[in-house]
Amino acid sequence: MIFLQLFYTFFLIGLFGFGGGYGMLSLIQNETVHVHGWLSTAEFTNIVAISQMTPGPVGINSATYCGYTAVNNAGYGMMMSTLGSAVATFALVLPSFIMMIVIARMFMKYMNTPTVQHIFLGLRPGVVGLLAAATLMLLDKENFSSWAENPWQFSISVALFVATFVGTYWLHINPIRMIGYAAFAGLVLLY
Amino acid sequence: MSSYSLLFTTFFKIGAFTLGGGYAMLPIIEEDVVDKYHWIKKEEFIDYVAVAQSCPGVFAINLATFVGYKLKGKKGALCTTLGSALPSFLIILAIAMFLHHIMEWHWVEAMFRGIRPAVVALIAAPTFTLAKSAHITLSNCWIPIASALLIWGLHVNPIWIIIATGLGGYVYGKYLINE
Repeated sequence: MIFLQLFYTFFLIGLFGFGGGYGMLSLIQNETVHVHGWLSTAEFTNIVAISQMTPGPVGINSATYCGYTAVNNAGYGMMMSTLGSAVATFALVLPSFIMMIVIARMFMKYMNTPTVQHIFLGLRPGVVGLLAAATLMLLDKENFSSWAENPWQFSISVALFVATFVGTYWLHINPIRMIGYAAFAGLVLLY
Repeated sequence: MSSYSLLFTTFFKIGAFTLGGGYAMLPIIEEDVVDKYHWIKKEEFIDYVAVAQSCPGVFAINLATFVGYKLKGKKGALCTTLGSALPSFLIILAIAMFLHHIMEWHWVEAMFRGIRPAVVALIAAPTFTLAKSAHITLSNCWIPIASALLIWGLHVNPIWIIIATGLGGYVYGKYLINE
């Protein structure tokens, strides 16, 4: 049952995930955290962090990780959990695979038609909204703690958020290096 | 020309050694496919990138499937797709197996307490980069704002936003744009 759910969920994500890895994040988050409860917000953020630090696309990484964790949390062993991650990854890749072959065979010439361009006129701003939503949904207690609960951790979290934003957006510091700095800050200040 | 095993190993290497997700892979795929092996002409490659970007799904996988299919048909597509997905799959599987135990170590937990807010910023930053490249202006900025608020505030499924904005663009372009 959980395998069918994983397949269906990640197939949908693959089918509707416009805008590359980041554009997909709000879809993945919505399905895995809010709809199915396979992951907590903190776990989801950890996966994004790990995806940044390991090679490969974020989409594949989250599918593989979610597949494993979801089956494992349902009480199955290592073999079944591995199968879960294979199912999720396969389901995510399948729509791309079919669609790209179909397009390569016959629709290449339709990609530049006004109709397709018009659809993207609406879709592109929509994907920006999806990405903004992914950010908003991650601004929560699990990732930042809260002023009432732990003012020290909350202040450090906000400072790290601002520093990373400024560092990557304006100063163009490598994201992996920024994660390294944040990990060090966490180790020293939040142990 | 390209053999199946060469296709597989080329994309396996690309999948295994590129940090930072799909777009970081792009120049490396281009180097191998266009400059090194001369499988595809540069102009053709740019077309493939445009199509892979417009389609839903993982960008790197889309591009890999496309290149594989163009070179060696369905089997070629299978080789390139498997090749580019397999390294991440294996690495993350290994991490998933052991992360639960590792996360129980206090110093790892502390590190991730610092990492998580930083990662949220890493997702916030490309929102603005993407807004620039999607030509968001005062006249259409309501679309991303409304989409984000619907998903975040009212828990609307992002899939509906994708469908609605695509349909909206189609209707707008077909019936309103000439006036």
